[in-house]
Amino acid sequence: MMTAPIISFKDFSFQYNSQTEPTLQHLNLAIYPGEKVLIAGPSGSGKSTLGRCLNGLIPQSYQGTMTGSATVNGHDISTSSIFELSMDIGTVLQDPDSQFVGLTVVEDMAFSLENDQQTQPNMQAATTKWAQTLNLTDLLTHRPQELSGGQKQRVSMAGVLIDNSKILLFDEPLASLDPASGKASMALIDQLTRDEELTVVIIEHRIEDVLQQPIDRLIVMQDGAIVANDKPEAILRASLMAQLGLREPLYLSALKLAGVDLADCTHLDRLADLAVPNLTATLQQWTAGVDLKVPQVHADPLLEIDQLNFDYDPQRPIIHNLSVTLNRGEMISLVGQNGTGKSTLSNLITGFLTPQSGKLLFNGQSLLDQSVKERADQIGYILQDPNQMISKTLIFDEVAAGLTLRGVDPDEIEQRVLATLKVCGLYEFRHWPISALSFGQKKRVTIAAILVLQPAMIILDEPTAGQDLQHYTEMMTFLTKINREQGITIMLITHDMHLMLEYTDRTIVLGNGTILMDASPADVLTNDAIIDQASLAKTSLYELAEQHQLNPTEFVAKFVQAEREAR
Amino acid sequence: MQNKQSTSIRTVVATGIGAAIIFVLMKFVAIPTGIPNTQVNVAAGFLALLGAIFGPVAAGLAVFIGHALNDFVTYGSPWWTWIIVDGLIGVAFGFAKNRLKIEDGVLGTAKLVWFNIYQVIVNFIGWVLLAPTGDIIVYHEPATKVYLQGITTWLVNSISVAIIGSILLVLYARTRTQRGSLKKER
Amino acid sequence: MQNQLLIGYDNRHTFLNRLSGSTKLLCFVGLSIIGMMTYDTRYLIGVMVFSLIIFHFSKINYRDIKFVVNVIIGFSVLNLVMVYVFAPHYGVTIYGTEHLLLGSSQHYFNLTTEQLFYEFNLLLKYTFAVPLALIFLMTTNPSEFAASLNKIGISYRISYSVAIALRYIPDVQNDYRTISLAQQARGFEMSKKAPFMTRVRGSIQILLPLIFSSLDRIEVISQAMELRRFGKGKKRTWYMAQKFKSNDYLALLCVLVIILIGIGLFKVNGGRFWNPFN
Ligand SMILES: Nc1ncnc2c1ncn2[C@@H]1O[C@H](COP(=O)(O)OP(=O)(O)OP(=O)(O)O)[C@@H](O)[C@H]1O
Ligand SMILES: Nc1ncnc2c1ncn2[C@@H]1O[C@H](COP(=O)(O)OP(=O)(O)OP(=O)(O)O)[C@@H](O)[C@H]1O
Ligand SMILES: [Mg+2]
Ligand SMILES: [Mg+2]
Repeated sequence: MMTAPIISFKDFSFQYNSQTEPTLQHLNLAIYPGEKVLIAGPSGSGKSTLGRCLNGLIPQSYQGTMTGSATVNGHDISTSSIFELSMDIGTVLQDPDSQFVGLTVVEDMAFSLENDQQTQPNMQAATTKWAQTLNLTDLLTHRPQELSGGQKQRVSMAGVLIDNSKILLFDEPLASLDPASGKASMALIDQLTRDEELTVVIIEHRIEDVLQQPIDRLIVMQDGAIVANDKPEAILRASLMAQLGLREPLYLSALKLAGVDLADCTHLDRLADLAVPNLTATLQQWTAGVDLKVPQVHADPLLEIDQLNFDYDPQRPIIHNLSVTLNRGEMISLVGQNGTGKSTLSNLITGFLTPQSGKLLFNGQSLLDQSVKERADQIGYILQDPNQMISKTLIFDEVAAGLTLRGVDPDEIEQRVLATLKVCGLYEFRHWPISALSFGQKKRVTIAAILVLQPAMIILDEPTAGQDLQHYTEMMTFLTKINREQGITIMLITHDMHLMLEYTDRTIVLGNGTILMDASPADVLTNDAIIDQASLAKTSLYELAEQHQLNPTEFVAKFVQAEREAR
Repeated sequence: MQNKQSTSIRTVVATGIGAAIIFVLMKFVAIPTGIPNTQVNVAAGFLALLGAIFGPVAAGLAVFIGHALNDFVTYGSPWWTWIIVDGLIGVAFGFAKNRLKIEDGVLGTAKLVWFNIYQVIVNFIGWVLLAPTGDIIVYHEPATKVYLQGITTWLVNSISVAIIGSILLVLYARTRTQRGSLKKER
Repeated sequence: MQNQLLIGYDNRHTFLNRLSGSTKLLCFVGLSIIGMMTYDTRYLIGVMVFSLIIFHFSKINYRDIKFVVNVIIGFSVLNLVMVYVFAPHYGVTIYGTEHLLLGSSQHYFNLTTEQLFYEFNLLLKYTFAVPLALIFLMTTNPSEFAASLNKIGISYRISYSVAIALRYIPDVQNDYRTISLAQQARGFEMSKKAPFMTRVRGSIQILLPLIFSSLDRIEVISQAMELRRFGKGKKRTWYMAQKFKSNDYLALLCVLVIILIGIGLFKVNGGRFWNPFN
């Protein structure tokens, strides 16, 4: 390539003041104008830190020591102000609630223009244009509290795109989006890249979802260093992702399971164009060779919900005549569009909200006359936002708090807490203050704090959002274990379709205030009407099966079984 | 710490979020003391922390805005003398920032004792001297009534800061990580 | 918990909605200061009637404000009773005459016309600004508020702090509720039966996540704002700012006249009090 790189790092290292070791180590990186780059890597590998170097938050807002050189569009990051850099690079942060500073959508979009002292007619023209592009025209006067996660995400994008900066940086844009919105966001980013000739850097754990649109380069980080930097196809072919403990696209795992040699394949990064000699035969042969085990049936009702009704505003019911029964020992996934009421339903079960009408029976006893605490002794609830649950400053104390309040013997507390911390991958941090943890680590602390109490049922609201594959697998394995061995009933709220397939035996699809479907996960994903209605998405396994005339349900079920056995 | 630009933006945001928290604490959070009509003033305790972290400007403005908004929506009209006094107390708490150096991560007993003496004096000047005098001059209310109100507020707020403020300060200091202090333990 | 902070702003399509926020702010502040200063009963009644007439035009539903009005009545009554209990002769001191209605002048608790009149004035002062405040709250778009503050001369940084407060109050409120429930679920005792220190500790247990997550939020929001160049210039423009129209000047003029009358009355009365007793 003849053009000069727009982003260039040469032997660049960075160490936060509070750390004993550098977080970024000897990075060498060049990104060229017009490229679309995905940065992946385990949690804590320094992806966000790299992002902060790009937009100038490091060294302007975060103090630390820097060595080597880093330039963005010709500006040296160590001497440029955040304002200068922000004209070149627009950042969409992970948490749209904090990025959304305006009182309404349109004000938030105009925020940077206001700071540039643009006139009102200019701002109106710009907001109108971008509202049309991002399909926000009907929402312009809405307040952030009235928007769904996906809509907030689009507002954040609009507020950054309005600057016409040539580089865009996204830190985990998909973390809390439902599958359909995630797909739509990626398609939108792709379209903008081409229409506006942008350079795009995306940091994300959901690699398969990002790869649905073409990506020019994949950069993999580990422990603060770049361990792979190439076209996605090359990295996928070398199976680097799997070696580094990252999730590779599912169809690749399936090919490997079926014994396909990746060296024979072309277009490995795009399922639609994938070409493998004799693939159909190989897959059919593999499928025929696997026997499906009969799933265990659970028929002992634990939680019975009958004709439940709830709304915040009588004009717009959120839960409407909802009835469902959860059985003892089940592992259930609750899925549905952003803003459809999944968190609301768990709040009703745990007593955080009171239904307008309906019955809730747990073990045959009504929950409605029990207090929040009484319900919590039986039903553990892990909220979506870990910051809302953490009340101590040290990790150990936080996990021990519930046991201490229940008057458990100190020795037993110590033993149970340490065991739980090991399971959740937090043992080595046990003496750290919680404030020094990453989002994913904090989430694990809250899960540990509930697990240690051993309730009869656990509800987890998006437990794996923002987690890397290793921790995700550890946690899910642990949940499966307590589900099998101790018979704890588990309900997971999730946007991750593969998690739903791989770990749960029953899926409840919520939509329009009621249950749209209640079936096995594989059946849900073969129902196109439901997928559409509930903003779900098929995983690449379904496409692969359909391309090769296999029964998708059976193929997926066999794949999941084989993966489970391999673990 | 950070560069000047970042600090000034942080002050703006701390003022706004601080005001939002003070508003919510004043309006919804009440720990009854057992004496009728008297509540532990949680907002005052929080103000001590806000001042110690963000300094006089943010603390003073935050409590001024939060208190004024709260008066506005609860009583229809703001009671300006008390709002101004609250703002001044916020400023005074903010001046303790340099002495407490809470960002450094340690808050010894000596500093804590000093702060509590300081806050009792600040509250005394504010609630027993300034606020009632303001009420007499501006609103022409009878002296006995406003002084009694002032003394009650002084006691309640000093105790609230002594309990809640001190706990918050200590816990916050504990969350601050010291330079080069984080290391994984196997 | 309702999300609408400023008890129901709604565009009711009246001339009050169309006035610029700065005008309404100036009028409100001007009238409330003059009302705070004066003890001229006629004047206070005049302003009160004026604001009630305006209130009628604002098409605000009584149902929406019933709760606030009750709180204000309760608050006023409590204060009036306190004033009477602590200073039953204060009216006599101010007006210099004594017209006994009940009891004798030797008794601590007696009732004079002067005291009644003084307390009536107090009541007027507690309440005269309420209709104006309600009009202001319910006809001013919260989005325009920060722009108005900036326009009347307050620095844009402080104005934006107010905007941030308005933006995040509903979020903090929701957080508070959720956190409190999550802590109760962990087993923290919050009931009235618990001893005082236990309750304080329980409350702090809720406050901590609220405060610490808000402090984190301050960091993230500052970064988000800095990445979008807040604080770059000496000024900033406002998308929601409204230009002054002729109605705005008219309204300001009316209020100016009312204020001048108030100041004139200080001269006429020779002080802040209007004394009908001599
Ligand atoms: N402000 C900070 N001060 C000190 N250390 C920090 C700070 N921010 C991050 N770190 C540390 O730097 C390391 C890398 O963090 P970073 O946030 O870049 O990870 P990440 O790759 O983005 O992870 P995730 O996928 O969980 O978001 C972590 O070990 C973290 O503890
Ligand atoms: N406190 C509240 N007041 C009014 N409406 C609310 C409140 N909380 C949530 N809502 C609305 O209720 C609906 C359901 O919200 P909920 O959080 O249950 O969605 P969800 O299915 O969990 O979405 P997500 O997948 O984005 O987490 C949303 O449309 C939301 O706007
Ligand atoms: Mg990150
Ligand atoms: Mg949710």
